[in-house]
Amino acid sequence: MTVKYTEDHEYVRQNGSDGTVGISSYAQEQLGDIVFVELPAVGNSYKKGDEIAVVESVKAASEIYAPVDCTVTEINEVLNGDPGLINTDPMGEGWLVKVTIDDESALAGLMDEAAYQSHIA
Amino acid sequence: MSMNRQGRPSSPDSAVSNTSPGNAALLPDEPLLFEIGDTDHSGVDLPDVEISGSRLGGHARKTPLDLPGLTEPEAMRHYVRLSRLNYSIDSGMYPLGSCTMKHNPRLNEKMARLPGFADIHPLQPQSTVQGAIELMQQLADWLMTLTNTSGVALSPKAGAHGELCGMMAIKAAHEAHGESHRKIVLVPESAHGTNPATAAFLGYQVRSIPAAEDGTVRVAEVEAALGPDVAAIMLTNPNTCGLFEPEVKAIADAVHAAGAYFYCDGANFNAIMGVVRPGDLGIDAMHINLHKTFSTPHGGGGPGSGPVVLSEALAPFAPVPFIRRDGDALKLVEHADGEALGRLTAFHGQMGMYVRALTYMLSHGADGLAQAARDAVLNANYIKAQLSGTFSMPFNSQPCMHEVLCDDAFLKGTGVSTLDFAKAMIDEGLHPMTMYFPLVVHGAMLIEPTESESRQTLDRFVQTMLGLAARAKAGEAEAFTAAPLTAPRRRLDETQAARQPKLKWEPETTPLQAAE
Repeated sequence: MTVKYTEDHEYVRQNGSDGTVGISSYAQEQLGDIVFVELPAVGNSYKKGDEIAVVESVKAASEIYAPVDCTVTEINEVLNGDPGLINTDPMGEGWLVKVTIDDESALAGLMDEAAYQSHIA
Repeated sequence: MSMNRQGRPSSPDSAVSNTSPGNAALLPDEPLLFEIGDTDHSGVDLPDVEISGSRLGGHARKTPLDLPGLTEPEAMRHYVRLSRLNYSIDSGMYPLGSCTMKHNPRLNEKMARLPGFADIHPLQPQSTVQGAIELMQQLADWLMTLTNTSGVALSPKAGAHGELCGMMAIKAAHEAHGESHRKIVLVPESAHGTNPATAAFLGYQVRSIPAAEDGTVRVAEVEAALGPDVAAIMLTNPNTCGLFEPEVKAIADAVHAAGAYFYCDGANFNAIMGVVRPGDLGIDAMHINLHKTFSTPHGGGGPGSGPVVLSEALAPFAPVPFIRRDGDALKLVEHADGEALGRLTAFHGQMGMYVRALTYMLSHGADGLAQAARDAVLNANYIKAQLSGTFSMPFNSQPCMHEVLCDDAFLKGTGVSTLDFAKAMIDEGLHPMTMYFPLVVHGAMLIEPTESESRQTLDRFVQTMLGLAARAKAGEAEAFTAAPLTAPRRRLDETQAARQPKLKWEPETTPLQAAE
């Protein structure tokens, strides 16, 4: 499993053609306490850069963009009742959607952990 | 401390009152009306009514009405005490950037209370309210003259409603020209937050245009995003960084060349009224917040009003009602065939605000309006000059317009956040500036003094801000994280309030339970 990041602070954890998408720890820290999450419908397909979800914090509402071309297979329903999971465990329990990645090679265009850390430094 | 003849202190505790405007010590708590009232009191005495046989059938209420009963003095005192908890433009400087909290001249209020304006009804025969309709016509003429545009819709009730009206006109125009395939609206990062919301509400896809290093929009970025599927751009000018968009004319030309329309968010028109006519910059639609630019009360003090001016291309799509001259009389056209949008409000809009706004225009005159805009810009630049060097300002390459944008870089390492800083301002008797907006800078502080403030008030504000910054840098973070000390509430749990909102007051015990 590899984790890749976008410049807009989404991550995608890849396992073959399956991916789990969420926002980075840095992103949740910048947003502050998350109070509401709008998730897409299972089965929806998105192109890289399309708005896939909305995360609302006490400070701002932020669009979450699809990191690669993908189709949603599962959404994290737990977030509807407990959006704070994104703050406490963004890379784990606070994931947003699970997707099928159209083309795994597209992940090569995203940042790895080291590149992302220097991106936010 | 000064004492009276009995040796008791005669002045308030200096620790609390020694603040800039001297009004920091807000009153203690005031209970809710429901907590004061009971079911045994009433402000009016009504004779007992004998009802022989209710005609409500099974619909009669079976439980007592859960309303608080209060005597008139109790109700009066409750509201007067609450009003004393308010901070308002009438009690001190209100530097809330982008919201333009300027003084509401008393002449406006006097005019709005004239019975010919105050005591009329929207359903009265038009022949009996010709003066009021003429006032609306004059206001419309002033707005079109100040902006060099061809049409105006007076009825929208506030800025975002005006945006909706303008964008609906743009959508209607595209549909009339067989261009309904245009589905994208371009919105720069420095635009007002309502702009993308308006576009999305109308079913458009929003495409964001990044800001350049200096906080403004480059025509090249707009050109790159334009295409046959783009319906419009929504640009705020001056933008939310407090900067005039230098390439606005070129952007308008590029947008028009691509067959799209230019919606300008006129929320910051107060910085350029009487100096720049937006029509000359190529705008097609722009709302004007009468409650900001033309000094009508808002916030908790009154309703907004957001007329929209329209270019020649969009004027035919203006919503009803609009005014037409019919012989010697003026006529409010309530129904129109053809391209008009239909109706956005039940009646004609905020009449009381029209009176106040036109009073502001007539009492200032054209030269006075330009002077007010210039003074607003001068005041903002005075603050900018005094704070620069201590506060960090991200976009410093050009003078600001009516508002100054700072970020939180100057607080780095102090343990004080923008929010803490704003809360500490409350203890100094100031309303905080706008914070965390615009989103393009980190920990934003957006300060707008308006033309209302004197040099003395600005100096006191600057001294307070510099004093707070010095304390933050001197390691007094605890004074900030503990603030506010002198407000009726300290820090509220905003997260909890958003996650589990409590929207209705619930008694500890209901009156029925108490009676049992």
